[in-house]
Amino acid sequence: MAAPADNASATPLIELVDASIASAQEPEVALVAGVSWRLRPGEYWAVGGLDWAGKSDWLTTVAGLQQPVAGAHFLFGWDTASITEAERVAERLRVGLVFENGGRLFTHMTVAQNLALPLRYHRNCPPEETQEAVEAALAFAGLNDFANQMTSQLNRSWRQRVALARALILQPEVLLLDNPLAGLDPRQTRWWLDTLDALNAGHPLLAGRPLALVATADDLRPWQAHARQFALLQRGRWVDLGGRNDLSASSDTVVLDFLSA
Amino acid sequence: MDKVSAPPARPPLLQSVLALPLPRSYLNFVGRQIFRFLQTVQGLGAFALITLGVTFTKFNSSWRVVHPLIRAQVDRAGVRLLPGIVLLGLALGLVIVGQTVSLLQKIGAGQYAGTVMVTVLIRELGPLATALVVLARVGTAIVVELGLSRAQGEVEALEALGIDPVHYLVMPRVLGLAAAIFSLTVYLILVAVCSGYLFVFLQDVPLMPGDYFGQIARALKWEDFALLGLKTATFGAIIATVTCYQGLAQRLRLEDVSDATTRAVAQSVAGCVLADALFIVVYLLM
Repeated sequence: MAAPADNASATPLIELVDASIASAQEPEVALVAGVSWRLRPGEYWAVGGLDWAGKSDWLTTVAGLQQPVAGAHFLFGWDTASITEAERVAERLRVGLVFENGGRLFTHMTVAQNLALPLRYHRNCPPEETQEAVEAALAFAGLNDFANQMTSQLNRSWRQRVALARALILQPEVLLLDNPLAGLDPRQTRWWLDTLDALNAGHPLLAGRPLALVATADDLRPWQAHARQFALLQRGRWVDLGGRNDLSASSDTVVLDFLSA
Repeated sequence: MDKVSAPPARPPLLQSVLALPLPRSYLNFVGRQIFRFLQTVQGLGAFALITLGVTFTKFNSSWRVVHPLIRAQVDRAGVRLLPGIVLLGLALGLVIVGQTVSLLQKIGAGQYAGTVMVTVLIRELGPLATALVVLARVGTAIVVELGLSRAQGEVEALEALGIDPVHYLVMPRVLGLAAAIFSLTVYLILVAVCSGYLFVFLQDVPLMPGDYFGQIARALKWEDFALLGLKTATFGAIIATVTCYQGLAQRLRLEDVSDATTRAVAQSVAGCVLADALFIVVYLLM
């Protein structure tokens, strides 16, 4: 794995400034308040939190799919509250998002069609022109044998892989993952952690460009040896836990509780 | 013996009822219904305007993906419903048109057959019957499929991929249903007119085919063709907009989908009847 670059001075890819995150179900309720956070190129964050801590809502806000109820959200330097919808969509395409629980795939399509749709929509091209990119994404995720199967025929761990391949098909600069290890067996967990390490270091699928990663988790232990920055969403607060060494050395009871969960 | 004072006279029942304040629950109920109605009208209006805006601004963007979806909706709401519409046209022709023409001939008012046919079948019954069939067969399916997509988070997945759900999901359905209801109505009218003559012929009514079709042709004006197209397209747009709105515009849970379908049917019927009333006013003014 490539050593992390010293990029403290680099322009943040995504930034939240004193942001309050609303629940998607109840937009008037702030789940997490006062979040100030920056994602810089090449970083690899693991953000922990128990159920209903607001991880998914935090992640969709980071992705620009919902606006914070207070504070500001910047996407590649743009304040998302003050740009047009078309500009927001253009910036959002630079961010890949893998949803939780099977990745919210389009159930009326095959695996290959799921991967081709974003490419075809944004490039306005016929299916044959996306074939090469789709095949590369299928091979990357080990999905060649499932290309023509309906996504509803796959089990959850394979659907999650399809969601990863779909999120990468537009060659994003940032990848956000919502609890990607939930419910996976150890073998699948290993595949995910190794694959994410490779993407963060620079994978041929993305022309060797390092990908900034943010993953939410309800258990930080698998991420301890992989992510480099850690944080917690705890009782409506954002708690920055620092790097791997800070995490291991922490005597904070909340962190210890969480790591021993 | 002490005199017992008579009890005070009781006020009449109606007066005492009217003197009472209105029960709060009734007021609350009526108020809630009015607010809910206004909210629905506002939501539907905004959704329709957004769809209209997207249709005009994005009709040709990503056309290799979106235009096949429009064709698929025409196939689903038009071509696949054609056998059913032909059957309905046959029934309408035999039951209504044939009987009407036969009756008019018997009472010596045969010269009005064309006018009656145009008014009843082409202006009113044809478009409305077709719209109701499409609503029942396709509109309900739209609410269920979009409601399930919404409940399973597929719509958020589209947004995350930069795909406009109104452009990808709603616009093809609105255009597809508008085109489908127009086409099906034309077929329904043609079949009903022809099968109507079949009934007339079987009843031995002395009416030659040339006279029958000539009467209808003479009763038809150019406004009838224009308004038929406009009306059927409006019905299609109303059904598609309402069903897409009920399926998409709110966050649904799986258990909400059936209620959303019921609401969509009721609102679509109300919308079509209101639009029909507006078209009647237009006809009367012309």
